[in-house]
Amino acid sequence: MTIDIDLPPPSKDYRLQLQGITKQYPGCLANDRAHLNIRPGEVHALLGENGAGKSTLMKIIYGVTRPDAGVIYWEGEPVEIADPAAARRLGIGMVFQHFSLFETLTVAENISLSLPKEQVRDRAALSRRISEVSDKYGMALNPDRLVHTLSIGERQRVEIVRCLLQDIKLLILDEPTSVLTPQEVDQLFATLRQLSQEGCSILFISHKLNEVRALCDSATILRAGRVSGHCVPAEETNHSIARLMVGDDTPVHAEHEKTTGGEDYLIVENLSVKTDDPFGVNLESLSFTVKAGEILGVAGVAGNGQEELLAALSGETVVLDSPAAIRLLAQPVAAMTSGQRRKLGVGFVPEERLGRGAVPDMSLKENGLLTGYFQGLTKAGLISMPAVRKFAETVRTRFNVKAPNTETHAKCLSGGNLQKFIIGREILQNPKLLIAAHPTWGVDVGAALAIHKALIELRDRGAAILVVSEDLDELFAISDRICALYVGKISPIKETRETTIAEVGGWMGGDFLESSQPAPQQAVGA
Amino acid sequence: MIFKLERRVDDSRWMAYLSPILAGTLTLITGSILFWALGKDPLQTLYTFFIAPVSDLYGWTELGVKAAPIMLCALGLAVCYRGKVWNIGAEGQLLFGALVGGGVALQFLESDSAFALPLVLVAGALAGMAWAAIPALLKTHFNTNEILTTIMLNYIALNLLLFSVHGPLKDPGGFNFPESALFTEAVTLPLLLEDSRMHIGILFALFALVAVWVLLSKTFVGFQIKVLGLDTRAAHFAGFKERRLVWLALLLSGALAGLAGVCEVTGPIGQLVPQVSPGYGYAAIIVAFLGRLHPVGILLSSMLMALIYIGGELVQIELNLPLALTGLFQGMLLFFLLACDVLIAYRIRLSPRFSALRKPSSAALVNGADANLSTHSQ
Amino acid sequence: MDYDLIVNILYATVRTGTPLILVALGELVCEKSGVLNLGQEGMMLMGAVIGFIAALETGNLWLGVTFAMAAGLMMSLLFGFIALNLSANQVATGLALTIFGTGLSAFVGSDYVGTPLVGIEPWHIPLLSDIPFVGRILFSHDPLVYLSFGLFVGVYLFLNRSHAGLALKAVGESPQSAKATGLPVFKIRYLAVMFGGAMAGLAGAYLSLAYTPLWAENMTAGRGWIALALVVFASWKAERVLLGAYLFGAFSIMHLVAQGLGFSVSPNLLAIMPYLATIVVLVMLSSDKARVKLYAPVSLGKPFHPAD
Repeated sequence: MTIDIDLPPPSKDYRLQLQGITKQYPGCLANDRAHLNIRPGEVHALLGENGAGKSTLMKIIYGVTRPDAGVIYWEGEPVEIADPAAARRLGIGMVFQHFSLFETLTVAENISLSLPKEQVRDRAALSRRISEVSDKYGMALNPDRLVHTLSIGERQRVEIVRCLLQDIKLLILDEPTSVLTPQEVDQLFATLRQLSQEGCSILFISHKLNEVRALCDSATILRAGRVSGHCVPAEETNHSIARLMVGDDTPVHAEHEKTTGGEDYLIVENLSVKTDDPFGVNLESLSFTVKAGEILGVAGVAGNGQEELLAALSGETVVLDSPAAIRLLAQPVAAMTSGQRRKLGVGFVPEERLGRGAVPDMSLKENGLLTGYFQGLTKAGLISMPAVRKFAETVRTRFNVKAPNTETHAKCLSGGNLQKFIIGREILQNPKLLIAAHPTWGVDVGAALAIHKALIELRDRGAAILVVSEDLDELFAISDRICALYVGKISPIKETRETTIAEVGGWMGGDFLESSQPAPQQAVGA
Repeated sequence: MIFKLERRVDDSRWMAYLSPILAGTLTLITGSILFWALGKDPLQTLYTFFIAPVSDLYGWTELGVKAAPIMLCALGLAVCYRGKVWNIGAEGQLLFGALVGGGVALQFLESDSAFALPLVLVAGALAGMAWAAIPALLKTHFNTNEILTTIMLNYIALNLLLFSVHGPLKDPGGFNFPESALFTEAVTLPLLLEDSRMHIGILFALFALVAVWVLLSKTFVGFQIKVLGLDTRAAHFAGFKERRLVWLALLLSGALAGLAGVCEVTGPIGQLVPQVSPGYGYAAIIVAFLGRLHPVGILLSSMLMALIYIGGELVQIELNLPLALTGLFQGMLLFFLLACDVLIAYRIRLSPRFSALRKPSSAALVNGADANLSTHSQ
Repeated sequence: MDYDLIVNILYATVRTGTPLILVALGELVCEKSGVLNLGQEGMMLMGAVIGFIAALETGNLWLGVTFAMAAGLMMSLLFGFIALNLSANQVATGLALTIFGTGLSAFVGSDYVGTPLVGIEPWHIPLLSDIPFVGRILFSHDPLVYLSFGLFVGVYLFLNRSHAGLALKAVGESPQSAKATGLPVFKIRYLAVMFGGAMAGLAGAYLSLAYTPLWAENMTAGRGWIALALVVFASWKAERVLLGAYLFGAFSIMHLVAQGLGFSVSPNLLAIMPYLATIVVLVMLSSDKARVKLYAPVSLGKPFHPAD
């Protein structure tokens, strides 16, 4: 492991070299004199926790964002990458984390938009080339399918094939595995290795250390916008790399006891919801329970009905025709609005913390009132300002939210601090049931650990907790029982101790459907 | 480009108040250039437009007469716009309130009951409310865009008024003019000052001002409306009842506009005529924005708007400039306001290519080392 | 109803539908790029008044049409500057454009109210106009009507067959993705807004130079707004804009029908018809939320700042 200051001079031996890249956003220095060197055919990891500046650095390489300072060398020559088209002309391709695809267009139309005009005149020829490339790298694709009908994994293939259709020398992938099942990850790695053998360099952005150690030849680690070190991942341990990512004084890991919980508190029985979103997923007779004093983890690749399930549980979607499909103890609640459910002691932590969990342009004080209004914050329809201020202040101090005061607007907080505020706001209302979606998505390690600890404490006080997440590591760390959602159907539920990542990964890919096991009946509590 | 807009970390509260003043100044400057181009002395014209109308007490009372209906409409619109309910229909709600209120007033041609006037006023407010209930119903139950429905209802209300004064409500003894009979004393608003036209409608407006201020700043319902406007998804998430809030905002706004309408016909006009409103309902949109959707701001900006109406008439009479100047000034004001409002969320900077590289230490980290604005971290 | 009356009604339907087609096609392209410009009414009015003045002062009607389109274009640039460069709220900016256009057109045209002008004359297309029934209804109009046919075909092909149309739709669905893909989001949106402006100006010119060759304040009478509803009605599809425009055209000439049927109804009540029809149609088409979601450009009305 080295933390070198001496940078290799610009040279033909490197495909890409970055030197002194600095990018300032208002209130945030995203990249601070960052550097990077990638050789031809090398699989290079860019590591760092959320907010370390990885995404910004890649966007600079791909010409989406311009740096404030610094030089980019391409095969030894300094270059200005003005826009993605310029990057593509050099032979740089990029697969975005939140894909840059157009859902209402077909696969071929999507691909044609990023190719030079002369290559797209003949649509039949383009479709042929798409099929050829996708076959060669083992990524089956139908050029005429509309993108919104594709699974997340298939969409990623479209992005990759789009890059491969050009003469590619450097492929950048931004957190490509976070949306895949473990089995799909293996397929992706095979493709990437094939590309690397053909001489294509790969820049692999991730915060998953196991994957990086399995795939990458070398790694650059970013912390708070700066390069904090380089290493050969295969020669390191997860712990030593994690230290470089978060610094010396932050704990990087915590173990939590598993429990079995008490009586069934949330009972979902034959819940079916037809979505009114043309791109949504229907829920098909889901049945499961969450016990008081346990955490149930729901795994699954995004777009398999998580949003619909969360909306049905929170009351943002009401199920009028079968009010008993969701019950709290014996009380049917499926037909209740979210306000009524809150009154019964249900707390929610949504996926989007800005623009759902909190109003960006309102102060923390007002955002406390947003859901805390049953806590004596209003009197006869009038807002009781001292009570509102006190509530927000308690959340801020008890959950260690870094903000100057409660007048600060929610949009000025970092993702981790805002999430701590939202979770604190819900927990301080002493919910009997807490439903949390992706609680640590995009949050730094320190905040993630704090959030997990808060959830475990709430569980130990006897609350039932349901956590929906795409991050299997997180679910295995905190949930007592675990299951997966796949195209609106729920897998068997097992105790976390008695299952493996591979098994849950299989459920995420839908393999529980082929086995004739009638999962739902088995899952319903007595 | 040498200059570029850079998003501020947080909105500038200063700029929010400064922007309307800046917009007003720019409008005046552009107006002066226009007057000069038309061969008029800019200073004299500006004086005639903006100072002369309020150089005596009568001028101020006239200002009150014009400001009252604009303020009533704008206060209601502010509640709607706070909730992002785009009610463009104050004009129609005003006209319908005037029409129904006037229709009721015509039933009291031979009565001097003390209940007549309150009844007329309530009828007008209820009519405005009913007119606003249509877009509310269509929006909440049929998902219909309220901008388009309220605009259409403006045209429909105007044509209903025209139909009425040409037909059923025409004064039989009025030489076939498209006007109703003159209202009697019993259904005419009392004056506040003798020898002026200022009636108690201005008191209604001031009362509405206080009520809307309490609603928006002190009540939980007002808070819910603001959340709905800033962030619909957060409102749903928090369990606020969107439909109820939309209804409330539109009904309140309709009632205030209806009241403004009936006050016009029972006040300064005194009968039903085709030209009940010189576009007060549309001017109120500008006033609401110019007043930052805040009651106090609306008080000031409705007075400015009233001045533009009176000034426009005065320069037509004295300097022979077209009356359409009023509309032009209104449009310019709103445009400049929108442009200046950009500075609330953005600041103007030299493009980074032109400014020296800022040192990392100058990074204004709001919350310590882990500041990473989630809006920028993707 | 006799044969002549039916022919006359259909003929008038095409005429009244034409300005709606023009402005709605412009707005359709604009909305497809994700920009909602509520300023149609203001741009049309400016087109109408500038076209009228230019035609009157130069004596050349076609110069008038050109000036009208330029006026609409200028207005749309104003909108573009505030809504795109400064990424202000599109709803408020569009409203401002309408209020401004209404005021400015009244101001500019105040000396021309009531001035007579010989408008654009019909041009009977040889042979085609001799076809019974259809010839009179479709091929005995002024050239601007034929231009509207051509523009419809052009917009239809552009949106459904061309690579540029694909890029336009992509920008309208997700400007962020489009930017990441390398499409010039800003340029595409600007061009779409400008096309909308020119078309609204043209529609205005049709009103003041062909339909009723005169200038009167507010002479567009809400057609810009109806066109906005028309785009919703058409589910953002060019072919349905055409259909809808003629449907609304028919609603606007109810007085002809009423006369033909021998009814005497107040003209003010009949004038309500197109507005009422707009509301009814909006209700019918908007109530299915999924449908609107499926067809409306996803990013419609959402500001996108190029630096984001």
